[in-house]
Amino acid sequence: MTTLTDPPTESFRLSMLLNDTRYRSYTFQFMALVALIAFFAYLGSNLVQNLRAAGLNISYEFLGEPAGYDINQRLVEYDSQSSHWRASVVGILNTLLVAFLACVSATVLGVAAGVLRLSNNWLVSKLMAIYVEAFRNVPVLIWIIIIFTVMTAVLPGPRAFRGDNAEASMVLDMFAFTNRGVYVPAPGFESGFFSGAGNWLVILASLIASFFVSRWNVKRADHIQEATGQRPNTLWAGLAIWFVPLIALCWIMGLTWEYPELKGFNFAGGWTIRGSLIALWFALAIYTGAFIAENVRAGIQAISKGQTEAAASLGLRPGRIMNLVILPQALRVIIPPLISQYLNITKNSSLAIAVGYMDITGTLGGITLNQTGRAIEAVLLLMLFYLVISLSISAVMNVYNNAVKLKER
Amino acid sequence: MSDASSQNMGAFVRTEMLPEQAPPATQTGAIKWVRENLFSSVPNSVLTVLAIVSIYYILISSLPWLTNGVWNSASIRECREILEGATGGCFAVLTERWNQLLFGFKYPADQYWRPTVAFVLLFVAVAPVMFYKYLPRQLLVFTGLYPFLAYYLIWGGPVLSPIFGLLGFVAGYLVWSRFVASSFAVGFFGAIIAAMVTWTIGGYITGAMGTENTALSAVPSRDMGGFMLNLILGTVCVSLSLPLGIALALGRQSDMPIIKWVCVVFIEFVRGVPLITLLFVANVVLAYFLPPGTNFDLILRVIIMITMFSAAYIAEVIRGALAALPRGQYEAADSLGLDYPQAMRLIILPQALKISIPGIVNVAVGLFKDTTLVSVISMFDLVGMIRGPILASTEWNGVYWELFGAAAILFFVVCYGISQYSQWLERELATDHR
Repeated sequence: MTTLTDPPTESFRLSMLLNDTRYRSYTFQFMALVALIAFFAYLGSNLVQNLRAAGLNISYEFLGEPAGYDINQRLVEYDSQSSHWRASVVGILNTLLVAFLACVSATVLGVAAGVLRLSNNWLVSKLMAIYVEAFRNVPVLIWIIIIFTVMTAVLPGPRAFRGDNAEASMVLDMFAFTNRGVYVPAPGFESGFFSGAGNWLVILASLIASFFVSRWNVKRADHIQEATGQRPNTLWAGLAIWFVPLIALCWIMGLTWEYPELKGFNFAGGWTIRGSLIALWFALAIYTGAFIAENVRAGIQAISKGQTEAAASLGLRPGRIMNLVILPQALRVIIPPLISQYLNITKNSSLAIAVGYMDITGTLGGITLNQTGRAIEAVLLLMLFYLVISLSISAVMNVYNNAVKLKER
Repeated sequence: MSDASSQNMGAFVRTEMLPEQAPPATQTGAIKWVRENLFSSVPNSVLTVLAIVSIYYILISSLPWLTNGVWNSASIRECREILEGATGGCFAVLTERWNQLLFGFKYPADQYWRPTVAFVLLFVAVAPVMFYKYLPRQLLVFTGLYPFLAYYLIWGGPVLSPIFGLLGFVAGYLVWSRFVASSFAVGFFGAIIAAMVTWTIGGYITGAMGTENTALSAVPSRDMGGFMLNLILGTVCVSLSLPLGIALALGRQSDMPIIKWVCVVFIEFVRGVPLITLLFVANVVLAYFLPPGTNFDLILRVIIMITMFSAAYIAEVIRGALAALPRGQYEAADSLGLDYPQAMRLIILPQALKISIPGIVNVAVGLFKDTTLVSVISMFDLVGMIRGPILASTEWNGVYWELFGAAAILFFVVCYGISQYSQWLERELATDHR
């Protein structure tokens, strides 16, 4: 009778590194690692040689030096004596500003177009199909330039607003559309608690408080509904929670509007929105809106018709069917591509450099790079910024995906 | 009998059926269609009216501009004189500068036939791939020859360099098919070495032959421009990024941690930054990392960076397809005793590539649109030509709509065509019966 014994213990032979699947992956990884290190060492030695030949070095000191150029669209204080670092911060804020504006408007536009494309109105659905196809199939750069051309070449100059019978006039005496930008009234506070931006923080704090109180309001209605079966009307309480503190604060702090006025050859007062910002904002919104419309349409179509019919057979009204049954399921399909569209907007906002909007690509990657000649450092910082934004948005997306995905066993 | 009785009794009994009446006018034809599709409810009617009004305004403002257009004049001033204040487009810029829009402003005018022939042959070359079910497989030989033929046509120069380029691939293929049966790795690396050897020898021979007496005069890369440049960048980068993307996707799926992480870092890095920053790298940074004294073409540097960019996106598409394949396919390949390269080549990739075609086409369309970004680093592609030499010239300063409209239409035709093909292919490849 034979007994099962241990397999014969083989001693390690060199050929096993290639022929034995247990060790082969180590061989390959080692080779890959060596090749990678050799490759980077090669690049590094080239870099050192080239830098020495050109008499350059890698240094970030230029960030502290005065920038020496002006930025006409900015959210924070900046003048030409500020440092390159300050210019980059202005650029970062400008990138975030245009990305935020474009994300909001692209979502509104895309959802509307996506829903309307599914409408049973033949004309409207065909119009939306034309919109989607026309904008998806033409480069966004061309749209940006076309809208920029409208803003700068078609709109009248400030000079056209002068005189008794001027060629152009302000809309409602509040907005002026000129080829230098759009002038809008600026809100301000006469008797604020702070001077400057502090008053806006007060408004923001009140809005955040309103948000939590209105959530509590809805929760309370849910509790009452569960206990009694009757849902109290939350509409008026909700509106009051949002608007009463806001209006009261504005009244206490003395909200005033500063209107743009024609002074000399240009408008003064109010806020100026440059044509480049509007071109970038609108083009990104319309272009990405077409993509979002397709995502929304796909998401709604992915929900089977049985869901609608089941909800209807339970006696739900059409509005509640949409809100309680279809949308929560469709959102699970829509949100991931929607967030990757937001990522695309942020990355495409770097096209600002084509129309001279001073975002981070225009300041750090444009003028700063050209003035200081610090190509490697500037491009590295630029990539790092976009990488941080992209990775943090995808991290948020992963958290959300894990939260909403179907819990399966 | 019935006749007699009916006469006698005076009563009326119908003996034959009445003919069917036509449905009410509101339930047939155009009226029914309009009622159902345009005015089914109050909100729908409002939407319809709004849509009609907006279409009316768009037509009213654009039709005279289109129909009154001037197609023959030498400058925008002449255009305005011909129009005498009436609304009308100045399409003469398109007829005057059409060749510049297509080929850029430096490509020798008497050689325009070369890129044109290359463009026409492109359709012949991709047809066997696009419609592989309907065309004989022998045509694929031409597809293989096409890149070298197109290079020779567009760039010109000594005929030996594309020939040796081709010979390198042929040598590589021969070595690969000789050894792949015994070991994939030997075949793969043997093919690379064989190709390298052929190219090195070819380089010496071409160098010795000199650049004189060439049939087609050499055109340097920096003379490429216009829509041709967009097409070159688009086709070259998509075709180069396909194999790279497949390799990256397989690497990301790999069990070997080092290879996996290299691929993950590469893909996430490239996908996380805008293409413009990569083009900046090509324009101002890449030269620092090349050996001192080498002078790379800008167009070649741009091709490298755009290829890396699209490879990362294609890798993600293919990774999705690999993940979507049922686990059983991998296990079935294992149980047949296939090793990793065999399983991938024969079982996994054919299926994965098939389901990733729509995604790859999306990436290709997006990439083709993104080739316009090279105008930012002062290359004269279609957008660069319009914004640079044409709009800056004294004759055509101010002709925005006609030029950008033409550019939009050119891109629309290509991108819409590709996406229609992809939808057709999806229907063609659908093996499930619905």
